[in-house]
Amino acid sequence: MQRLKLFIPLLIFVILAAFFFVVQKRIGSGDYDPQNMPSALLDKPMPAFELPDLLTGDPVTGALLHGKVALVNVWATWCPSCHYEHPYLVSLAQQGVSILGVDYKDEPEKARQWLREKGNPYAAVVDDRAGNLGLDLGVTGAPETYLIDSRGVVRLRYQGPLDERVWTETVQPLLDRIRSEGPGA
Amino acid sequence: MRRLLLILALATAAFAARAAIDPYEFADEAERQRYQHFIEEMRCPKCQNQNLAGSDAPIAADLRRELRRLLREGRGDREITDYMVARYGEFILYDPPFDKKTALLWLAPALFLASGLAALLAIVRRRRPGTAQPLAELGPEERRRLQQLLGADRHANDEERLS
Amino acid sequence: MIPELGHFALILALFLALSLTLLPALGVFRRSTLLMHSARPLAAGMMVMLSSAFALLAYAFLHNDFSVAIVAAQSNSELPWFYQFSAVWGGHEGSLLLWVWILSLWALAVALFSRQLPLDMVARVLAVMGAIAVGFLLFMLLTSNPFGRALPNPPLEGADLNPLLQDPGMVIHPPMLYMGYVGFSVAFAFAIAALWSGRLDVTWARWSRPWSIVAWLFLTIGITLGSWWAYSVLGWGGWWFWDPVENASFMPWLVGTALIHSLAVTDKRGVFKSWTVLLAIFAFSLSLLGTFLVRSGVLTSVHAFAADPTRGIFILAFLGIVIGSSLTLYALRAPTVLGSADYSWLSREVFLLLNNVLLLVAALSVLCGTLFPLVVDALGLGKYSVGPPYFNAVFVPLMAVLLAFLGVGPASVWKRSRGGELWRRLLPALIASVTVGLLLPVAYGGQFHAGVALTVCLATWVVLSSLVDLRGKLRNASSWRSGLGRLTPAYYGMLLAHIGLALSVAGVGLTSVYTEERDLRVAPGQQVELAGYGFLFAGTEPLRGPNYVAERGVVQVTRNGRPVAELHPEKRRYNARRDQVMTEAAIDAGFGRDIYVALGEPLGEGAWALRLHYKPFVRWIWLGGLLMAAGGALAAADKRYRLGRRRAQAAVAVVA
Repeated sequence: MQRLKLFIPLLIFVILAAFFFVVQKRIGSGDYDPQNMPSALLDKPMPAFELPDLLTGDPVTGALLHGKVALVNVWATWCPSCHYEHPYLVSLAQQGVSILGVDYKDEPEKARQWLREKGNPYAAVVDDRAGNLGLDLGVTGAPETYLIDSRGVVRLRYQGPLDERVWTETVQPLLDRIRSEGPGA
Repeated sequence: MRRLLLILALATAAFAARAAIDPYEFADEAERQRYQHFIEEMRCPKCQNQNLAGSDAPIAADLRRELRRLLREGRGDREITDYMVARYGEFILYDPPFDKKTALLWLAPALFLASGLAALLAIVRRRRPGTAQPLAELGPEERRRLQQLLGADRHANDEERLS
Repeated sequence: MIPELGHFALILALFLALSLTLLPALGVFRRSTLLMHSARPLAAGMMVMLSSAFALLAYAFLHNDFSVAIVAAQSNSELPWFYQFSAVWGGHEGSLLLWVWILSLWALAVALFSRQLPLDMVARVLAVMGAIAVGFLLFMLLTSNPFGRALPNPPLEGADLNPLLQDPGMVIHPPMLYMGYVGFSVAFAFAIAALWSGRLDVTWARWSRPWSIVAWLFLTIGITLGSWWAYSVLGWGGWWFWDPVENASFMPWLVGTALIHSLAVTDKRGVFKSWTVLLAIFAFSLSLLGTFLVRSGVLTSVHAFAADPTRGIFILAFLGIVIGSSLTLYALRAPTVLGSADYSWLSREVFLLLNNVLLLVAALSVLCGTLFPLVVDALGLGKYSVGPPYFNAVFVPLMAVLLAFLGVGPASVWKRSRGGELWRRLLPALIASVTVGLLLPVAYGGQFHAGVALTVCLATWVVLSSLVDLRGKLRNASSWRSGLGRLTPAYYGMLLAHIGLALSVAGVGLTSVYTEERDLRVAPGQQVELAGYGFLFAGTEPLRGPNYVAERGVVQVTRNGRPVAELHPEKRRYNARRDQVMTEAAIDAGFGRDIYVALGEPLGEGAWALRLHYKPFVRWIWLGGLLMAAGGALAAADKRYRLGRRRAQAAVAVVA
């Protein structure tokens, strides 16, 4: 009995080591990213906002997104990864994906210039130069993309530039799942 | 000219590698203390484990400004914490809340201490001088046997044998 | 050519380490004195090879050989030479080489200072250390070769050492820390050797003690330096953040402290043997665990090395083998027969047992807090942060209890203390401590503060009770001098270490409460006030350093009109990393207080944002740490550990 008690430290260590091993494997395969920060807004409604449209100056609210599944893309001209992401967004828009652009803490004239030169994939772009909508969304930098379903609920937050791989691995499966939830999802 | 450029460059640097210094005005000492408390106990969401006080990332600067605004509006501590958590999750608090998921974390030290003290009691109770039974008197038969054994073992190794 | 020679030296070192692991072990099994005798020269050879490798890598750094990948990543030709040297351990690969090199130094030390040990024990201890070296060398050669080249297009210039690391702290903190981490491998090796040989007795404890104390004191210095460095460099006045990497060094320290106290009991009284062995294994396991956590990418920290999952798996496998096999050996071979000594409730044994319980609970709690975010996130249960509020809430009460008993422990005697006598002797000290505790916050800060009162009371209690104990020991001496002379270095070491701890604790408590800081906008010529000091901002001037350009502020500090210091905070932009701006704070250090000034952003028209800190007693924290280490050095130098040799010499003298 005394002897058995001495095996306790070994047992605890084996459990800990097994745990670390599994975690390492999952990091290596990409299943788990310790740096990834899930949004606090998951399965909660998109925050209400009223901001001017970047191009027209008219007020834009969340009503724009009602009734359809859409992306909200946070971007800025000072962000190099947004530059990399932009062509992919254009191709998404051409495939019919609705994207609301949030020009985050940026200079409006520079942003307008950017869209003129590179094309405008957005159904609408709001001018969030103060960063308030970004703050409400829990944005930590650019680019970030949110997937909102037709009831206005946040279903995904992706930190980083969108590309084909991210779309097929992360976004598309979620879109399919949302669609299978039936109308009104 | 070069010096002016240097100053401008420093002023517009995207990242500064250490503590951010914001010369804010506060209504009173209490408000300043509350601000200090918040920026020390909230985590910068995008940094490598730094609090808002110690980080120069733009998001940390934004959050400090936001805290400043919330304090100026007169919001309470609970309200400000909830505001931040609603946007950035529990992750942003260095003081983990006490809920179902963190209960084990908060209770673990007490459990360890209780087990440790219990073990200590058990060990000491086993040991107290006077709790050991005094050796019974040896009968003549046993004494002879003892002599026999001692004689045989005189040259044996003295070291304690393990079980 | 040079890097390849270095690489070759590493391979040779690996072969020597393998031989060191296998040959003496074979000698033990076969009872071959010849094979067992090979341990010492093999250890020496391994050290020579690793020193060569280290020297060759340093050569590459000092000669700006940017064809070597890590030199290009960590160094720069404009970097001052002492930082170029410390850049050797600035990255993952180089720091591993430092680790193994220090291991070979410890192994050589064991080889040299083990004359009184039986040959088979020396063989076993060095074999274990050789095995550890094999693991690290394989890790380096297979996944993290410091001599890897960046061919075919080597960069013309290096990326420069991270400006945060260009500080004297960088030159000394990692080596000291590693001396501590690696030093616990000696205690570990002794423990394994004892289990292996079946000779787990008091002599084992006697041999292990000085090695464990020396490792502990280096770790104490390493942690103290780390804290001081963070304070000087990070700019917001903090000196301990409970960061995962900091915790990775603190946990072995806590367990190491428990170990050196437990060894004292085993040495003197022959009890707790099994527990002490487990502590030795645990301390080194935590060192290795720290190595894993910092390099695998599972934890987020500014201190962490760049992550690589393959490396993580390798270290984990190594950890599994070393810790798994040692714990298995422990479970199979540790004595279940209790030592024969008896002791009562009020005895030094019990006080030291309590010391162990409190330190272990602290270490386990820190481990929990460090791993909790990882566990919860990996299981998909959410993302939490565990930081200073948790750790302080858990650690401080435990330490308070420990300090309270620390006053009584040294005054107690082995086996049975007389409660009445202890109470009588210590009561004056107790009353004095409580009084000082209650009065100090009122006298110093103007109002009562419970936290300060408790901290000061406990610190004073430790100091006064130590002095009471000292006085007690001098009672029967004919004079002060002869009495003091009779006391052993080990006793003085204990006294010094405990007083050092009290000093650190007082520093922590006082500076946490009475620190004052302000962030202000100042224009040139403007004077501002803080904590009774006047700060006159005299504007800034440009400055060119060896590898940076800077704006250097001039701040004149006065008190009651009299000048105290002229401080020069800087804002630096390093040439090789133009997007990073560094704040170089200016500190006027003093025994009783630090004054700390840092520049923020320029606000136009020559005005700047300025941060001012007044930090009373902050230096006490690190002075206390240094005193603890000095105490350890005294204790380890005690002549009784060299008794073996003297006894042997005396025996020779008798025979002759």
